[in-house]
Amino acid sequence: MATYTLATPLTEEVVRKLYVRDTVILNGTIFGIRDLTQIRIFDHKMDPPVSLKGAVCLHTAPSLKKVGDHWEKICVGTTTSGRMDRFTPGLMEKYGVRAIIGKGGQYQASLEAMKKFGGCYLAIVGGAAALETNQIVEVEKVYWEDIHPEALYQFRVKDFGPLTVAMDSHGNHLYFEIKAQAEKKLPEIYKRLGIPV
Amino acid sequence: MRKAYDRETTPTGKEIFRTFLRNVEVADGQDVLICQDTGLPIYMVKIGSKFSVDGARVSAALKEGAKRATLEHPFRGSSTHPVTRVNPQTSVGEGLPIIYWDFVPENDFLDILMVPKGSGSENMSAMKMFIPADGVAALKKFVVDTVLQSGSNPCPPGVIGVGIGGTADLVSKLAKEAIARPVGSHNHDPLFAKMEDELYEAINSLGLGPMGLGGSVSTLAVHIEWAYTHITQNPVAVNTQCWPARRARAKIYPDGRVEYGF
Repeated sequence: MATYTLATPLTEEVVRKLYVRDTVILNGTIFGIRDLTQIRIFDHKMDPPVSLKGAVCLHTAPSLKKVGDHWEKICVGTTTSGRMDRFTPGLMEKYGVRAIIGKGGQYQASLEAMKKFGGCYLAIVGGAAALETNQIVEVEKVYWEDIHPEALYQFRVKDFGPLTVAMDSHGNHLYFEIKAQAEKKLPEIYKRLGIPV
Repeated sequence: MRKAYDRETTPTGKEIFRTFLRNVEVADGQDVLICQDTGLPIYMVKIGSKFSVDGARVSAALKEGAKRATLEHPFRGSSTHPVTRVNPQTSVGEGLPIIYWDFVPENDFLDILMVPKGSGSENMSAMKMFIPADGVAALKKFVVDTVLQSGSNPCPPGVIGVGIGGTADLVSKLAKEAIARPVGSHNHDPLFAKMEDELYEAINSLGLGPMGLGGSVSTLAVHIEWAYTHITQNPVAVNTQCWPARRARAKIYPDGRVEYGF
């Protein structure tokens, strides 16, 4: 259970050092993405207008307001990652994304992609948007403004986290592990509740 | 949350709890939203028998209030058309906000409880029409299994609301009423209060922990609300509430005085 303070973009070497339960704090630039951002990239086949090589992507639909030609943050929080599972392998293989920040985790295909291309999933604390918004120093750029709040956002962050490595590049999946342990306990729990097994 | 932090034993779980508590401090200190998903507006309105009011006007005012909270304040517009997916950016629309009406003898005030319900937790809701032959055991199993399947998605540890009895619609409403109760309160009926304790112990034994990343605190409370049902039915519903468990109450008196609370 090591703690790493990392600067973006991330290299494969750095990502391969991470194991589930490690803590990561990020500095640099992260990209906000959501369902529609990725539907545009993969289903409408539009390449992102910025390089995502070594990028860290955050599952979010931020509340921002535009003042002149500058975007100001109101509230930036994290959304459930499970809905966007099918896009992660493509982000890693085609565009070189190294890390996904989200809540709730993703599934087998994403885990395989992380193993193959050197990626990871960093779990943020859901519902903690006040803190998260404070750790975003600036909204540097919003690409594809026409689909805001599901556009492609470039945020500069300082001491972003703590993030828990929940899926690593070695095939470990913390959510699966916790669930498997819980399933093992089920017969005993059922027994205490008088549930016939 | 502080009490639950003390009960948490794993290092990962403790760290997540510290983030929960820091987030609350930041939100309070800076007067900003605790979570960006300000959800769909749900109002539970109780009209006292000694309080005379035009219900239609209350209904219109609640709709207008939810709209203004979004247009003039930092609520995120999260309501959308179910087919076209067009978002009016108002938090309301056809059928919204959700308003539940009830009447209380003797009370001389109008009691409005507002529960903004985010989707991370609401998406994990489940309902099932069991049959009498399945017994009470089936209901308990359904609750435990639903929580396990929800895993990390509803931002645990929050409140697990359980509805038992009624019809398909009533059982779901009961589960929603259950999550809106003060955290850790018990059902007035000892039979269901005991079941709340049993399920609380069972769910925390799963070890899902804060944010489903493992730990000793998987839920803050299990609340059950119940109703009589049909002789051929045995319905159960689970409604999950996330850890921020947001709730706000206004008690309005005939002289115009308003008491705010939770």
